[in-house]
Amino acid sequence: MSKAKSLLRKLSVAIALLPALAQADTFVFTAIPDEDESRLQERFGKVADYLSEQLDVDVQYIPVKSYAAAITAFRNDQVQLAWFGGLSGVQARKLVPGSEALAQGYEDQFFKSYIIANTSTGLEAGDELSDEIKGKTFTFGSKGSTSGRLMPEFYLREQFGAAPEEIFSRVGFSGDHSRTIAQVQSGAYEIGAVNFAVWESETENGTIDADKVKVIWTTPTYPDYQWTIRGDVNERFGDGFKDKVREALLGMDDPDLLASFPRESFVPASNDDYVPIEETAKAIGLLD
Amino acid sequence: MISQLFKPRGNSSARALNAVCGLLIVLALLALPWADIEVYSVDPWMELGRIGRGLVMPYWDGWQILLQAVGQTIAFALLAVAMAVPLGLALAMLFHWRAVRIFCASIRSVHELFWGLIFMQVYGLSATTGLLAILVPFTGVFAKVFTEIFEQQDRAPAATLGSGARGIKRYAYTLIPQSWPALTSYTRYRFECALRSSAILGFIGLPTLGFHLETAFKQGDYSEAGALLWAFILLIATIRFWLRPRLIPLYILAAIWLLPETIGFSNGGYLWQFISQDIWPTALLAGQWSEAADWYAGMFSSQVWPGIVQTLLLTQLALVLTAIVVLFTYPFASQALAGPVIRWPGRFLLLVLRSMPEMILAFVFLLLFGPSGLPAVLALALHNGGLIAFLVANASDAECRSRLGRPDDPRGLKRYAYLETPRRFPAMLAFLFYRWEVILRESAIMGILGIATLGFYIDSAFEEIRYDRAFLLILATALLNILVDAVSRRLRRAAGADTPQPGRTH
Repeated sequence: MSKAKSLLRKLSVAIALLPALAQADTFVFTAIPDEDESRLQERFGKVADYLSEQLDVDVQYIPVKSYAAAITAFRNDQVQLAWFGGLSGVQARKLVPGSEALAQGYEDQFFKSYIIANTSTGLEAGDELSDEIKGKTFTFGSKGSTSGRLMPEFYLREQFGAAPEEIFSRVGFSGDHSRTIAQVQSGAYEIGAVNFAVWESETENGTIDADKVKVIWTTPTYPDYQWTIRGDVNERFGDGFKDKVREALLGMDDPDLLASFPRESFVPASNDDYVPIEETAKAIGLLD
Repeated sequence: MISQLFKPRGNSSARALNAVCGLLIVLALLALPWADIEVYSVDPWMELGRIGRGLVMPYWDGWQILLQAVGQTIAFALLAVAMAVPLGLALAMLFHWRAVRIFCASIRSVHELFWGLIFMQVYGLSATTGLLAILVPFTGVFAKVFTEIFEQQDRAPAATLGSGARGIKRYAYTLIPQSWPALTSYTRYRFECALRSSAILGFIGLPTLGFHLETAFKQGDYSEAGALLWAFILLIATIRFWLRPRLIPLYILAAIWLLPETIGFSNGGYLWQFISQDIWPTALLAGQWSEAADWYAGMFSSQVWPGIVQTLLLTQLALVLTAIVVLFTYPFASQALAGPVIRWPGRFLLLVLRSMPEMILAFVFLLLFGPSGLPAVLALALHNGGLIAFLVANASDAECRSRLGRPDDPRGLKRYAYLETPRRFPAMLAFLFYRWEVILRESAIMGILGIATLGFYIDSAFEEIRYDRAFLLILATALLNILVDAVSRRLRRAAGADTPQPGRTH
């Protein structure tokens, strides 16, 4: 697109306040903000290049700031493909009939969350959560996170037969897994729920002080992150496009690209794999 | 002119002022036992040390991204203000219509972030979303303040116009020229506010400074966060050097060029679906009235009412604490009180306070005191206190430069207690009432503290993709805001602290 044309388009946006015209032939994807948010454009730009090469269409990536923003972009067709969490994927597919889970990370077949506690609480790791956690302060991650909210909340309710607000003296939402760790480590919150993969990678990076914070419980495994595609892509990008996307995702073996997610590899997934997540979300009232 | 504006008015009796202040303080004391304020013992020093190191040793790799973010922060702010001013002016001319007043009060009662979230449903992540999110609430504010500026103008010039010259002509030939300096300087002040809003909109995904700041902060990259904060503070501090009236047309062209390109978006027709379906509960759309009534009743008792209570309690405490912050900090930035040397660190402190997003302040206090309403109250009070103290110090300096001073004016603490503070007090109180609205809106963003204010529920509703809830809660917030606005107008009149014009102070 020429500079002048682009300028004209921006002018039309600025003056007429109308949505800019779409580049109909560009395939756009996004990824929920998850572990390492820095340099998103740079990292996912490489994924876009890879997909573009495999699919023979222009592929672009847009960064988003929240789970809700990713779902919204998917819903109103600003993106056609998205790397969602378990819950956000279920929410998105519910809003866009015909959309489909294509592939999940190898690790996502048996994902888990950790319940972590500041060591000053004296809580010890165990097979189930001790009653001593009652009345302490607790933080989830982001409100829409599967590993930082949905599954931990489900298991807390299952074990204690009460809502988190009734179990704990205060329930916060740190907004992010790294923040959860930082807040529990500093004692701002006594207990927190965190994505196991983020915990492991922070442990490797040395940002976790084992004298201050530790894992006290691990949830059973559940399916998590997945690639979801809109149902109408074949009409827009040609027959068999969806299958080509699936193949491209499953065939991604460059460690450099996979590190963006970060996953070992991608394996096939289907909507049915996420029925348990949907049921759980309904059970705790996050989904109608 | 400026001193006239800020001197106590004839109708401002000490007794009325005392009564209003007393009322506010009593309300805050009453709120204290119920407000969710608790201190937990924590061990924040490791994290605070990292934050401190980041601020002292900012680091940013790749100046291009930083410059681009600064450019886009300015672009959104500039274009939004450039569009909001004429719209606000037009609405100000129609402000005698109640419908226009209610319309303006409702659009300015929704936080920019929530406008952003709303427009994102319709326009996706695009320049349009960013512009509208600033433009809409700012139009409401401009309409209100421009009206107040017009009301203060001398009526005599208008009387000289022919009897046929009403409406627009009266504005074009008398009121606008008369109030031109006040209008432009208020607009300049709002531009600074727009820069803050523009930066904050990055928190929901627009490519402004807030985008990178939120990321860096979340990731614990405090040296990157430090670099972004310093860049933002520098941007605010230097406005008067680069915002030249003659250059504005050039800037506007550059801003249009700088706006981020919208990637792949084609669903403009989504607006109708959003308005006609998404924001209403399914029971209502299906015509099941009793279920719909149950839905509303359930929402009211589980979220709206508790949200209103928590929001008001926090707001009231933050308001009184803001006043205390102002009284403590403004003297350090005032020429007459601090002298020409101390004044600069004082001004710098206020610059930092008002430039630092509340969310970051709240996070630091969360680390210090643990999760409760306390970090929220402190963050709101410091940010807003810094802003008002800056305006009050400016008013003091303006008077200092004028020839009102007398050689036998007291100095030091006496001057503070018996001259400056009494003179500034009505205006300070009026600023405070203006910020009441703002504090109410901003108490919304404190979800990290686990305090269920209205904004906490609104944020949850957006996260859960439940726009019906979000809409109801935003409506409740707007009504609460309109109510607070009406109450504060009453109190302002009662105290004789009428209509300050922040813009006129520079």
